[in-house]
Amino acid sequence: MGRGAYARQNGPVSYLDHAASTPVRAEAVAAMLPFLTERYGNPSGAHAMARDARNALDDARVILADALGCKPGEIVFTSGGTEADNAAVFSYTGRGAVVCSAIEHHAVLDPVHRVGGRVVGVRSSGVVDLDALRAALDESVALVSIMLANNEVGTIQPLSEVAEIVRAHAPQAVLHTDAVQAFPWLDVAALAEPADLVSISAHKFGGPKGVGVLVVRDGVDFEARQIGGGQERERRSGTQNVAGIVAMAEAARLTVDERKAVIDRVTPMRDRLADGLLQSVPGTVESADRARKVAGNCHLCFEGIESEALLFLLEKHDVMASAAASCASGAQDPSHVLAALGVPRDVAQGSLRLSLGVSTTDEDVDLALAVIPPAVARLRERGS
Amino acid sequence: MKVLVAMSGGVDSSVAAALLLDAGHHVTGVTMKLWGGESDTGCCSVSDVDDARRGARVLGIDHHVFNFGDRFDADVVSPYIAAHAAGDTPNPCIECNRHVKFDKLLVRARALGFDAIATGHHARVVDQPDGTRRIARGADHAKDQSYVLYMLGQRQLDGTLLPVGGITKAEVRSMAARLGLPTAVKPDSQDVCFITSSTGRAGFLRSRVPFTPGRVVDGVTGAELGRVDAVELVTVGQRRGVGLSGGDGTPRYVTGVDVDTATITVGPERDLLGDEVVLRDVVWADQPVSGQVHAQCSAHGAALPGSFDAATGTLTWDQPRRRVAPGQAVVLYDGDAVIGGGLALRSGVNEGTNAHLGDARTVR
Repeated sequence: MGRGAYARQNGPVSYLDHAASTPVRAEAVAAMLPFLTERYGNPSGAHAMARDARNALDDARVILADALGCKPGEIVFTSGGTEADNAAVFSYTGRGAVVCSAIEHHAVLDPVHRVGGRVVGVRSSGVVDLDALRAALDESVALVSIMLANNEVGTIQPLSEVAEIVRAHAPQAVLHTDAVQAFPWLDVAALAEPADLVSISAHKFGGPKGVGVLVVRDGVDFEARQIGGGQERERRSGTQNVAGIVAMAEAARLTVDERKAVIDRVTPMRDRLADGLLQSVPGTVESADRARKVAGNCHLCFEGIESEALLFLLEKHDVMASAAASCASGAQDPSHVLAALGVPRDVAQGSLRLSLGVSTTDEDVDLALAVIPPAVARLRERGS
Repeated sequence: MKVLVAMSGGVDSSVAAALLLDAGHHVTGVTMKLWGGESDTGCCSVSDVDDARRGARVLGIDHHVFNFGDRFDADVVSPYIAAHAAGDTPNPCIECNRHVKFDKLLVRARALGFDAIATGHHARVVDQPDGTRRIARGADHAKDQSYVLYMLGQRQLDGTLLPVGGITKAEVRSMAARLGLPTAVKPDSQDVCFITSSTGRAGFLRSRVPFTPGRVVDGVTGAELGRVDAVELVTVGQRRGVGLSGGDGTPRYVTGVDVDTATITVGPERDLLGDEVVLRDVVWADQPVSGQVHAQCSAHGAALPGSFDAATGTLTWDQPRRRVAPGQAVVLYDGDAVIGGGLALRSGVNEGTNAHLGDARTVR
């Protein structure tokens, strides 16, 4: 409760938007600071200071390889999840069809749309329709991209089953998984093992913004999109964000070490939050079965209201949350995820995503439980 | 008061927010995201949202974005397309005010605990001796926007502030410059916000309305004089664009558009003149009024004298004037104050019937 400059200026806040971004771990800040001050060498250089930076990258690569279940040489540093997702999809356009699910993040969905790819529906449970996936596959498919956990409703996708279907029906295809939302909550090293390409983003697990990883497994024929200096073994040119990468590695290490303890602590808080709201606010629909979701995700739809108005009232009462994905203007756009789940538009327009994380406390949940029911009631009474 | 000011990203609404702050109100800014498609400017693009946000920061007020795209599509864009398809003249800015700014936004503002909304329109809200309120012309008559606010009744006027209505556009700009608002030198928005200057109205409609090629006929003889590619793009009163002048060199005007028969009727200016226009969907600032009024038929047209019969919706002009294009808004004034208004039904010679008025077809 009450961290950061906003809280210092405005009093304590309940930050329930960890799926959007997380506070950077103090250890990660400490790890990166020397690379913003004294250790500024270019890792591609030849002298001692350059080698110092390069060693830091190598160390980070080892830590992240361990966290992601791959070899250090399979780690490609990127500017974040969107670049990793884009690079994965665009690397395979022109080699055949690309296929993804309808609930992918726009960082996958938009590239697939741009190249005229195939989009596979999901079941109302929020899990990709495996029959539809099978039907969408054939020998012409070059890439299949199915996320490990969804960013809005939190549902976990059955990646090993997906992989079996891909191997059977599109044997040439590589499998990409966007594990950006999964990493804080799931054993990505194990669960993403069947994937050839894996994306993560540092700021979703206590690292800084603007840095991420695309795992490119050895033997996978990957075509670089960003070329130039040949960094990252010719898979992503451009001087690496050394400080960000060092911080990301530290955050990843902490996340993996603490994952089970965090899940054990957050799950009852999430359940108390969801159950409390379901009980105290009539006309509330939980979008997906909690047993199939990541622990930090509480996603509800309140009938008869509009998310935008609700978020405004919650902010006034120091609860920070989200509805659907935000567009560049800051407006809330209708959720393509809820549409894909078959949630009627009038229900979907009252969606609220409360995402918990490492920093969440019981006080955060208490405040949300105190503020949300009267806010929903007010909007229902007055229209929104 | 707690006031929610609609900030389009233009200079008028930024200054409106500043004037409200000066008056001691508690001010929050909001930009409505209305249109997801292409746009030059207006109220829709990300750059306009950024301009509004920067203006709000200069003023030190909170700024939010509301996505009213669904409502805008349903109540502004779709009717705009449907009106063109039917050969009528739509009023998108008026419908946006009616359904989005002064309904959707006002209702939401009240639900969120605001006492009033404000916009940057150049018009005033004035108190009447009987305690009711009226929209009145802005102090800068050249920039007056009272016409596009004619639909506001007492329910809306009780919760609406129009801070720049009392000053001129020049004063708005100088105040913006003095405050360091980034919008101080931004050009005024023009035309319909969801239509780009590069593709224009025809480009916007081409992918949304099946265009009907039509005949251009002489209003008296019925002789075919030419052809047009799209009757949906022709408006009564139009002179250019149908490729004609009279045999004697006198200009010809479009006097009728019939989409059903794909016929454009043309004639000399005298055929365009009418004595009256019947209004539909008439709304009043307060009570219905019959009798002598001034009526304005476009955003910056002159208000001309006439007599209105509220029972039949008929406005009889004191002097014959060019007929009003069907669908166009006609706003009734008492002096500078708006008393009501409605949309022109098909009127005058050679054209449609007023089905809802029974056998009230007007013949000159």
